[in-house]
Amino acid sequence: MMHVAALLQVVNPQIPPQGNGVFVIATLLKMVIMFTILMVVVAYLTLAERRISAWIQDRHGPNRVGPQGLFQPLADGLKNFMKEETYPEAANKPIFILAPILSFIPALTTWCVIPFGAPFPTRWGRIDMVVADLPVGFLFILAISSLGVYGIVLAGWASNNKYALLGGLRSSAQMISYEISLGMSTIPVLLLAGNVTLRSIVTQQAYGGWNVVNLTIAFLIFLVAAFAETNRLPFDLPEAETELVAGYHTEYSAMKFSLFFIAEYANMVTASALMVTLFFGGFDVPFTAHDNIGPFTGWLTLLSVMIFVAKLLFFLFFFMWVRWTLPRFRYDQLMSLGWKFMLPLALTYIIVIAAVVLVLNVAGITPGTMYSSILGAVNIVLVMIVFAILDHGRIISPAYGRMEGARLARLRGVAARSPLASGVTR
Amino acid sequence: MPINIKVLDRPIEDVSYLKATLKGMALTFKHLVNPHKVTVQYPEEKWQISPRWRGTHRMLTTETGKAKCVACGLCPTVCPANCIKLVPGEDEEGNRYPLIFEIDEFRCIFCGYCQEVCPEEAIHVGRHYENAEYSREGFVYDLERLTAQTHPVCEMWDPEDPRGE
Repeated sequence: MMHVAALLQVVNPQIPPQGNGVFVIATLLKMVIMFTILMVVVAYLTLAERRISAWIQDRHGPNRVGPQGLFQPLADGLKNFMKEETYPEAANKPIFILAPILSFIPALTTWCVIPFGAPFPTRWGRIDMVVADLPVGFLFILAISSLGVYGIVLAGWASNNKYALLGGLRSSAQMISYEISLGMSTIPVLLLAGNVTLRSIVTQQAYGGWNVVNLTIAFLIFLVAAFAETNRLPFDLPEAETELVAGYHTEYSAMKFSLFFIAEYANMVTASALMVTLFFGGFDVPFTAHDNIGPFTGWLTLLSVMIFVAKLLFFLFFFMWVRWTLPRFRYDQLMSLGWKFMLPLALTYIIVIAAVVLVLNVAGITPGTMYSSILGAVNIVLVMIVFAILDHGRIISPAYGRMEGARLARLRGVAARSPLASGVTR
Repeated sequence: MPINIKVLDRPIEDVSYLKATLKGMALTFKHLVNPHKVTVQYPEEKWQISPRWRGTHRMLTTETGKAKCVACGLCPTVCPANCIKLVPGEDEEGNRYPLIFEIDEFRCIFCGYCQEVCPEEAIHVGRHYENAEYSREGFVYDLERLTAQTHPVCEMWDPEDPRGE
C-alpha cells in the first residue's frame, strides 16, 4: 500500500525516487526496452556488416528485401526459425542445447551495468539511464564477459566434431590470453577514476578529459583485446572458416546457430559500449560538463543518449572496417602478441601510470586542468615510445620471424640427430 | 617452432604492423566510399554483350514473312554437333523450302558455322542469352519459333575490318 502511495506522490524530479515501487517498475521497463533495442540493433548489425563488407569489396550487398535491403534481417530471422534443427548422432545433447544459451545470455547481461545517458527526470523522481547501477560495475563486466567462452568451448566439445573441438580449444586459449591484457589495460582507468562503477568513470572523464587522450596506450591494448574477446577478425581463430569449416558452430543449425551469431554481435555491441564508456567519456557530451550535474532535463537525457549511440555506432563500424581489412593471425602470432607483447606492455603501463598518479598526489596537484595536462604530456611521450621504438618489427612480425643463427643451427642439429630424420623405421 | 620454415631475412627496422594496418584501412575506406560498384543489378541492368556474341538462333524472313531458307542442306552438313534437322520440300514453281527445320539448342555448341555457311543469310546465331525453359522439349526450336525470334543477330567477323570498327 505504501508503495502505491509513493507512486502517486509527486516528488522532486531531480532526486532519486524514494519508494521501491518506482525503482522496480522503472527497472523492469528499462530491461524490456534495452532488450528489445539490443535485439533489433543486433539484427540490423548483420545487415550493416553485409552491406559494409560489400561496399569495401566494391559490391552492392543485399538490397532486394525492402528499401535498400532494410527488411533483410526479418527475412533472415524467419528463415532461421523455419529451418530444421539438426542434432549430430554422437553429440552430447543436453550440453549441445545448453551451449548456445550459455554464450547468448552473458553477451546480453553485460549490458545492464553500462550507463547510456544522463539521468532522466520524471514526476516520480530521477531515473538513472542504466539498467542496474551496480557498485561493482566494472568487475561485474569482467566476470560476466568471461563466462561467454563456456558457451563456445561447450559447443565445440558437445558437437563431437574435430573441427568444432579445435575451434573451442582455440577459443579458450585465446580468451584466457587476452582477458588478462583486457583487465590489465583498464587498471589505469580505474586508477584515475578511483572507483569501479562505470558511472563514476564517466563522471571523471567529463571533468578530467576523455581517457583516450590521457591513456592512449591503455585504449589501444583494450581495443586489441576486445577484438580478441569478441572473436572478430583478425582474431577469429575459433571460427576460421578456411581452416575449421565453421569452428565451434560447425554442427549447429537453425535458431541455435543464430543464437551464436546474435551472441557474437551482442558481444560486439558490449565491447563497443565498454570502449565508449571507459575511454571515450560514455554519454558525456564533448566540450561540456553540464551532463553530470543538475538540473537534469529530458532534452539533456535525449542528447546524451544520442551522443552515446553515435560513439557506439562509430565503434561498431570500426569493428566491421577492421574485419574486412585485416587477415587472420596465425596461432603462434596470436599467442606471441598476447603474452609477449600486450601483457608486458599493459603491466609496464600500469606501473608508469601508478607512479605518475602517486607523484601528482604527493605534489598536491588535485584533478583539474593541471592534472590532466601533466597526464596528457606523459601520454604523448609514452605513445611516441611505443610507436617509434616498439612497433619496428617487434609487435607481430618477429613471431618467430627471425632467429639467431646459433639457435637455428642447434635446432637443425637436433632434427638431424633424431631417428625421424635418418629415415630408419623399425 | 618447426625447424624447416623458410624465414625471409627482412630488415627488422622497416617492418611495422601498425603502419601497414593503417595503410590497409585507408585503402578499404577508399573502396567503401567509392560509388563505382562493379555489380550489375541484373534484371534491371543488363550486361552489354559483344556484337559478335553467338547465342540462340534466329531465322530471318523475306518481306512476305516467309523464312529465307532454301533448304540447300549446307547447315546440317557443316554443323559439328549435328543439331540441325532439315527436311526439304518443293512448291509447284520449283522453289525449295524447309518442310521441317529444327535446331536442338541443347546439342548446339554455338560455333556459328551455320550462319557462316548459309548462302541466303537466313539462319543466324543471335545476341541473346536468356534462354530458360520449363521443359527439355522447349529447347528444340522449330521453324515457327526460329522465325518469331526478334533479338539482334551476331555480326560476322569481317576480314576487311578485323577489329570490328
